[in-house]
Amino acid sequence: MEQQPRIGVYICHCGVNIAATVEVEEVAEAAADLPGVVVSRDYTYMCSDPGQALIKDDIREHDLNRIVVASCSPRMHEPTFRAAAEQAGVNPYQVEMANIREQCSWVHKDKQQATEKAKLLVASAVAKAVHLEPLGDREVDVTPGVLVIGGGIAGLTAALDVADTGLPAYLVEKTDHLGGRVADLNCTFPTLESVSDLLPPLIERVQNHPNVTLFLNSEVKQVDGYVGNFEVTITGTADQEEEVLEDRTASVGSIIVATGYDVFDPDRKPEFGYSDYPNVITSLEMEERLLEGDLSVNGRTPERVAFIQCVGSRDIQLGNPHCSRVCCMYTAKQSRLVREMLPDAEVTVFYIDVRTFGKGSEEFYDDARGTGVRYRRGNVSEIYRKPGEPERVVLVAEDTLLGQPVDYEADLVVLAVGMEPRDTTNKISQLLKLPRSADGFFLEAHPKLRPVDTAMAGVFLAGCCQGPKDIPDTVAQAKAAASSALIPSIRGSVPVESATAVVNQELCAGCGMCVEACPYDAPALDQLWCVSRINPVLCEGCGACAATCPSSAIRMQHFTAEQVLAQVDALVSS
Amino acid sequence: MAQTDFEPKIVAFLCNWCTYTGADLAGTSRIQYPPNVRIIRLMCSGSVDPTYVLKPLLDGADGVLIGGCHPGDCHYQSGNYKARRRVVALKEILKDAGIDEDRVWLRWISASEGQRFADTVTEMTEFLKEKGPNPMRREWAV
Repeated sequence: MEQQPRIGVYICHCGVNIAATVEVEEVAEAAADLPGVVVSRDYTYMCSDPGQALIKDDIREHDLNRIVVASCSPRMHEPTFRAAAEQAGVNPYQVEMANIREQCSWVHKDKQQATEKAKLLVASAVAKAVHLEPLGDREVDVTPGVLVIGGGIAGLTAALDVADTGLPAYLVEKTDHLGGRVADLNCTFPTLESVSDLLPPLIERVQNHPNVTLFLNSEVKQVDGYVGNFEVTITGTADQEEEVLEDRTASVGSIIVATGYDVFDPDRKPEFGYSDYPNVITSLEMEERLLEGDLSVNGRTPERVAFIQCVGSRDIQLGNPHCSRVCCMYTAKQSRLVREMLPDAEVTVFYIDVRTFGKGSEEFYDDARGTGVRYRRGNVSEIYRKPGEPERVVLVAEDTLLGQPVDYEADLVVLAVGMEPRDTTNKISQLLKLPRSADGFFLEAHPKLRPVDTAMAGVFLAGCCQGPKDIPDTVAQAKAAASSALIPSIRGSVPVESATAVVNQELCAGCGMCVEACPYDAPALDQLWCVSRINPVLCEGCGACAATCPSSAIRMQHFTAEQVLAQVDALVSS
Repeated sequence: MAQTDFEPKIVAFLCNWCTYTGADLAGTSRIQYPPNVRIIRLMCSGSVDPTYVLKPLLDGADGVLIGGCHPGDCHYQSGNYKARRRVVALKEILKDAGIDEDRVWLRWISASEGQRFADTVTEMTEFLKEKGPNPMRREWAV
């Protein structure tokens, strides 16, 4: 413990994410003069292999015993740098991070101010590092099993993958049936496979699987615990009047959120007259009609059918700037099916851009056009009833390729409504402490490297609750979420914070206030010696006892008063 | 000191699970706020020792922000309630010591409230600019 601090400081550019706002070289120079600092460098990507090698080489060459990395949030890369330090012989708890990206370069524009703040944050981290002590690793046992919220295709797929490993899967579904939104579809693009061939076998497997516990008409009420050991309380849904189910609980190692999406409400675009005209319908209502094989409106077979894309998507005024990613393809599918059912009808699609990125999608779109579907580039601004012909409406649009206004008559209009975050997203977000992105969907931990993880360890995302996607992408993500969620259960234990509270028995007066303060019963009074002792296995490391102790006899390791006050000094006294 | 030139120094103690993550979300969402806040990460708002608040104020910081999980949401069950009680008591002590107790803010900001974190920092910075520098700063400055 008495080792002389030899600190290495590493300032990350994060490409331009930090370097564009913070003068990284200047920060590295300033850090070099701080007490205890032996080397101070800046580098393009500290988290990259060469970046980590830089740290490891310095540790060996300069005999460093503490590392300070100024880069992204410790929630992002602390494990990376702890591991790198450990490989070179430095205790992982002697690594400290300064968050100069999320809490500096990304939230400030003024280069000088951001640079000054970054210097302070680095000084604060160095001040803490001087006092860092080595700690040993701790693990806790995992309650095997995964809870899946949502019984749509994402939830079904994830639950099956979990159950097939032999571990318990708990599937919670709000409604009285499984299948989610996919159950409302007729057939899928780009293979025109019938949903009745696709979904029922999946549902049947889930229902009959010995390792799946189903909770229908249920929702998650409360979540306690953390990765490895979640205690989930499940309650009956409110609309279940006849027999309100009693609360039940499930103990699991991880949780998968697969709560899906809401469909855009077309009444929020009153200019389309969705509630006024019986022949203006949504794409989901069109699925129902295609399934029934009846496209007539008030008994009349339509002669002219129009599709309007991007209804409620890519619309900044409505607060939905995002693309819903499925509408182009389901419109191609529906328009093509209409051509087949009504060969004499004229079918026109009004679009802004056509996006067909999936496997086989561009080919499918080409085929749709080959069947005679007409694509007109233009935004429809209004729909009104044709005077004298109550069964027909007129679409007012501008053909942006011709640069001409268009009045297009139609007997049936299909609004390609987009996807929105579920109305329950906020509730789930509060329950599981999940952040949401600007579009309102759940936020993944990293858009590229951790697309199914969340900011909460042990909680994963599958399907459209994370953002709009088609069935193949949803299933792929559900399988990814299942495999990530299974890691704690299969590993059998999860690493937990080694930072626990310890009692200095020479200072302890045995008053017992720490016993009162602790929610985990970790401290207990030793009646013989009249002092408190903290059981490190029960201690969760919150530090409440340390702040409560009137004798300052308790040290919250890794967040000691000495360390915190050194940080304050570095931040304030400059 | 002209009020317009005055840039308050705010020390923020944020709990790892809610407010620190909320501050990260403000970052990933690129929500801009004044650079006056300097964040210290703690595991829980319930671990904020009174000295953590007193020291920066005595050293001349203009404000101290404590950020924790919303009531009922504490990762450690009840740490935020402990913080709340402690801050109430601490404010009494500050009053007796002649230090403005409204330089200490306790706010509940969840991991999903990046905007709220940015708004809180903006609001607190404006408030402290209006209020002027912590007199301790002058008394202690050489």
